[in-house]
Amino acid sequence: MKYLKPLLFVFFMLLAMPAHAEKITVAAAADLKFAMDEIVTAFKKNNPTEELDVIYGSSGKFQTQIQRGAPYDLYFSADIDFPRALAKNGFAASEVKPYAFGRIVLWSASLDATKMSMASLTDPKITRIAIANPKHAPYGKRAEEALRASGLWEKLEPKLVYGENIAHTAQFVQTGNAQVGIIALSLAVNNELANRGGYWLIPDNLHKPLEQGYIITKRAESNALAKRFADYMGSKPARAVMTKYGFVLPGEVAGK
Amino acid sequence: MLLSDSDLEAIWLTVKLASIVTAILLLVGTPIAWWLVRSRSWWKGPIGAVVALPLVLPPSVLGFYLLLVMGPDGPVGHLTRVLGVGPLPFTFWGLVLASVFYSLPFMVQPLQNAFEAIGDRPLEVAATLRASPLDAFFSVVLPLARPGFLTAGIMTFAHTVGEFGVVLMIGGNLPGITRVVSVQIYDHVEALEYAQAHRLAAVMLIFAFLVLLALYAWRPNAKKA
Repeated sequence: MKYLKPLLFVFFMLLAMPAHAEKITVAAAADLKFAMDEIVTAFKKNNPTEELDVIYGSSGKFQTQIQRGAPYDLYFSADIDFPRALAKNGFAASEVKPYAFGRIVLWSASLDATKMSMASLTDPKITRIAIANPKHAPYGKRAEEALRASGLWEKLEPKLVYGENIAHTAQFVQTGNAQVGIIALSLAVNNELANRGGYWLIPDNLHKPLEQGYIITKRAESNALAKRFADYMGSKPARAVMTKYGFVLPGEVAGK
Repeated sequence: MLLSDSDLEAIWLTVKLASIVTAILLLVGTPIAWWLVRSRSWWKGPIGAVVALPLVLPPSVLGFYLLLVMGPDGPVGHLTRVLGVGPLPFTFWGLVLASVFYSLPFMVQPLQNAFEAIGDRPLEVAATLRASPLDAFFSVVLPLARPGFLTAGIMTFAHTVGEFGVVLMIGGNLPGITRVVSVQIYDHVEALEYAQAHRLAAVMLIFAFLVLLALYAWRPNAKKA
């Protein structure tokens, strides 16, 4: 019994520790992979003592997880409707802030996609086209809209294969298993993918805008670091990175 | 009906996949298990290890390699192109091939145990009765190893039904072709369709319980016999 007191002491010290060190976990949509990595690196350079983890995944899954108490402090969704739904149900500690508009592209690792258009997808040489699952992935929904608006959905549906999220979709194309994919511009401009084959920007009048939004979650209500990182997203350097990866920023002219 | 058409389609597809994989593995796994038990070759260790690999490797590793190997630039992809069947990812037979590898230890290991339990003696007796090794295998080993075959078959079938990661990585989520029950449930959850997810998940839960119940309830009798 004489060890109980020191043990309890250590136990409570351990419990108390995380409350002091500031650390945040950011849940970010898969299309942000390359852009967010760069932004976080820059942010850490200015704030070397802060701990910041980023997890990439599907926006819909993050929404479910946050509702179930997942330890994410910030949530960057590829579809602003998800954080809006969270905010409506009291899971947000901030307003839902739009941070970017995404664009979709035709991308290929083996063919020259720069000379393609939607109609090129009917080419019999193209036997597999990868899109994100339109049932739950925002980029997949827009891909379906673009195919429908071009009047190609019925014709191309037998060729379609569905990725779990937009990064998974790009992987199908990168490994050559699908000749063409409809992926996020933000992924296609990354060196790793850009070196493999070109892309063709799908006109944004073919689909609804991919408005992306973020929130600070309820659990990070009093976390100053979460607030600082959110502010940093609106700063000039962060906006420059986002633009570099092909995101259209709120307040800027869309298109081109 | 509680289950939608696409749910039923996924269930039917899953049953079809698991049945075909179990049948193929009975044919492929039996000689492998027999060889692993009887052989004194140096290769026994490495082959045994390769057979057991899927037990240890995460599905993401298997799925990743399969995607590369079966893709148009991979060795299997080249082979299928030469044979004129096209690349295997996103096809039902691609899933079959992946599952055969993925479920291999669930067939081979119970059979290996069953063959080992028989020992040398029945085979020696058969040999003194002038039975050829092949004859001895079919008329002595197979009947004696029947409980092992049943266990192996059930385990293989059940494990194939429970496959998720590999299918997700190489399947492309095509209804009726590669969208098995586990993927269908995942899609329901992702789309926040909890009611549908619940129904299908309950089907899986009951199935898994019944399979294990059959396996455990049946075992003691086998020992008595």
